Amino acid sequence: MKQTFAIGIGGAAGQGVATPGDIFAKIFSRRGLHLNAYNAYQSIIRGGHTLLTIRTGTEKVTNMGDRIDLLIPLNQDTMDRHLQLLTAGAACIYNADTIKLGPAADGVQLCPLPVSELADISRNKVAQNTLAMGAGLRMMGIGFQSLEEVLREQFKKKGEAVVAENIGVARAGYDYAAAHFSDFPNPLPKTENRYAILSGNVAMAMGGAAAGVKFYCAYPMSPSTGVLHWMAAHARKAGIMVRQVEDEIGVINMTIGAAHAGVRAMCATSGGGFALMSEGLGMSAMIETPVVVINCQRAGPSTGVPTKTEQGDLWQMLGAAFGDYPRVIAAPLDIGDCFKLIPEIFNLADRFQCPGLVLCDLLLSEGRLSVHPKDLDFSPPIDRGELIMTNGNGNGAHSAAATNGDYKRYKITDSGISPRAVPGVPGHIHTVATDEHMEDGVLISDEFTNPVKRRAMMEKRMRKVTGIEAAVPPPTLSGPRDAHVTLIGWGSTNGVIEEACEILNDDGISANHLQIRWLVPLHGEAILEILKDSRHTIIVENNYSGQFARYLRSETSFVPDGHIRKYDGEPFMPHHIVEAVKEQLAGQTKLSVPMHEIMV
Amino acid sequence: MATSVQRASQQLTMADLKGKVDPDWCPGCGDFGVLAAVQKALVELRIPTHNVVTISGIGCSSNFPGYMNTYGMHTLHGRALAVATGLKLANHELTVLVTGGDGDGFGIGGNHFVHSMRRNVDLLYIVMDNQIYGLTTGQTSPTSRVGMKTKSMPFGNIEAPVNPISLALAAGATFVARGFSGEQKHLTELIKQGIEHPGFSFLDVFSPCVTYNHDNTYQWFRPRVKKLEDDSGHDPANWMAAMEKSLLWGEEIPIGKFFERTDVSTLHGAEPVLNEGPLIHLDPRVPPDVARSFIEELM
Repeated sequence: MKQTFAIGIGGAAGQGVATPGDIFAKIFSRRGLHLNAYNAYQSIIRGGHTLLTIRTGTEKVTNMGDRIDLLIPLNQDTMDRHLQLLTAGAACIYNADTIKLGPAADGVQLCPLPVSELADISRNKVAQNTLAMGAGLRMMGIGFQSLEEVLREQFKKKGEAVVAENIGVARAGYDYAAAHFSDFPNPLPKTENRYAILSGNVAMAMGGAAAGVKFYCAYPMSPSTGVLHWMAAHARKAGIMVRQVEDEIGVINMTIGAAHAGVRAMCATSGGGFALMSEGLGMSAMIETPVVVINCQRAGPSTGVPTKTEQGDLWQMLGAAFGDYPRVIAAPLDIGDCFKLIPEIFNLADRFQCPGLVLCDLLLSEGRLSVHPKDLDFSPPIDRGELIMTNGNGNGAHSAAATNGDYKRYKITDSGISPRAVPGVPGHIHTVATDEHMEDGVLISDEFTNPVKRRAMMEKRMRKVTGIEAAVPPPTLSGPRDAHVTLIGWGSTNGVIEEACEILNDDGISANHLQIRWLVPLHGEAILEILKDSRHTIIVENNYSGQFARYLRSETSFVPDGHIRKYDGEPFMPHHIVEAVKEQLAGQTKLSVPMHEIMV
Repeated sequence: MATSVQRASQQLTMADLKGKVDPDWCPGCGDFGVLAAVQKALVELRIPTHNVVTISGIGCSSNFPGYMNTYGMHTLHGRALAVATGLKLANHELTVLVTGGDGDGFGIGGNHFVHSMRRNVDLLYIVMDNQIYGLTTGQTSPTSRVGMKTKSMPFGNIEAPVNPISLALAAGATFVARGFSGEQKHLTELIKQGIEHPGFSFLDVFSPCVTYNHDNTYQWFRPRVKKLEDDSGHDPANWMAAMEKSLLWGEEIPIGKFFERTDVSTLHGAEPVLNEGPLIHLDPRVPPDVARSFIEELM
């Protein structure tokens, strides 16, 4: 099993949970450790309850794990909610002045800090946080120097007095722990690696910049807003136009307008905003102007639970906008993949002149992961497809001067792809229309209709689906083919299913794993080919109705042996899957819905 | 601020502006006059046709781009301004005309209408205002007058109409005018001014629907419309005066330029990202040192 160490920091929003979290994350990443951070919170600016879990280790850490090794409750509420989660070997560092201890399991080390004796709490309102950080690092076997260095950076702007005070408080916590608490048995290791720590939202925004996005716009909506924030903060350096728009209807239409002028244009939202965009997606497909739209799913329906995760929008994506049209839908597998996917999907959208949809979720959008800098490649292949630009920058077969007025924007071709001239190019004047149209753009709609031409144009557009299928690789199985159980998931559950498989293997149940990244095109036949050898198949997904199971069945007639679903707003922990697999293999049920035991 | 309108090297003719198909509007529709005036204005301004993009929503008047020989986009109902904003920001060297009707602009597209004006997007927005829904066969529109009987309000409209001129002034449009399809020369002049104006130009045009609106006909408008240009007392720089004029309706209805100011930056002019030129000409690649700094921030 993986050797990892997890810290839980809990408190009310506004109490300063984020800062110690950031400092721990920085110290771990500078030690060359991997980490995964997940923040469970509510839609409130001050108050409520927040629990930040940071899990670290020398190997890749893909999820929050099953265990908290160190709990730092910043208020009584956190102590009351979570002390019971700790098991033997874990520790709890708390402010003995203000927080009463609850019942703890045997073998849990309780570490009361006499905060008012160790720091001047009239001056430093977050002294308990700093003391606890110092104490915790000491117990993890980390030298004080690394904390001092990070505190110095953190408070540099506030002046030397503030830096000195914080270092002093942290030192007091560090020394107090040395004298009064026992260290964890295994000091946190160190490696020579260096990682970047980023959220999925930052990854998707940077992936957009790497893909050559020049126009980004959005209406703020959790959990997608982080994409807007990164874009806005870095727009001028990256040469990207970033706009905040009146609503998501405006967003999708503005994005299409910019894309139509010839730049790569992207937008992100969550389920509610995506619903407002759907008519626009149909336009993108009909006028054949490519855009990339990100949906960061949150728990629905309607306003739902804005700060909680879910994989509940699959059918919304599959059915977005009326009518049949080619589209690409992909679900990133982890935060690193959030970066990598964006240039890939832009190339497909550009080549096939259709909308590219990214189905992310809160877990990835707002979670944080250590990613090796070489996996953040700012020079990915850029394929703009058959594009005719004013300055000859496009890849189109036509050059800007090559036509004598016979240019047909919607020329019927074997591939279904028609060379796309952008406004401003001489000799290629045309009107694009959301009405059905002929090759030259003239409507087959108002003044006359024509079943033969309508059919030809519908078939032209839909022929692109064949090309898209050929351009997207089928999924592959990881693990032994003859395993006892095959776990099937899609998108963000990749890491937790992978870890569940490892635990099952350790427990003597061999497991393999099929994770779906490209939802459309699905490659149903390749999936069936993989699954025909499976002994027991279980689909794992973060929603109520088994949206992917129903989709897979609709495309392939495949029916799995069982399902593991979760729709309480919180992500899967590895043991949820492990226990569910065991009960299903024992024949106890075909549908497991694990209970989330952390009350957040 | 100088306008970025580009000129054709040679003289254009009306034939150069003619689209692939002829309009399918009802005989006598006010929109014919608007189309002719727009084409005339472009001929007179000598703007190369490939540098013009005509963008519309949905409705009778939104078929407009197909009747023009410029780049065109026939988009979604109510969304033309949002599409046009994105397009203009991606390539501000293009001359952007947005055309549509009162239902498209003031009904389903009302939100984008208000926000495009406050942003001062550099384009000309022409609304062919016939005070009725035509393509859906005659229902009440946001500019239908109280009491007007339509298929959707057979006992008479009880809702007050929107006043497009007052609304545009309040929302911050930097050029606000009203034309009448029956006044060709005057309308052409307003279109030329609107195209050359740096910023959002709003032009509401009375464009009578001869099929469904039997109240607001050519005959009804002709004796009522009074050109602001003939009113020596009207100063288009005076916003308060423009607002007062916008409230006039009845025996006397002003047409012409209500208001213009050129001291407000256009949206694209205010955006430093465009200092190096239009977005479509920027290098898609992030420079390596900038990319490195983005990653360093995270370490």
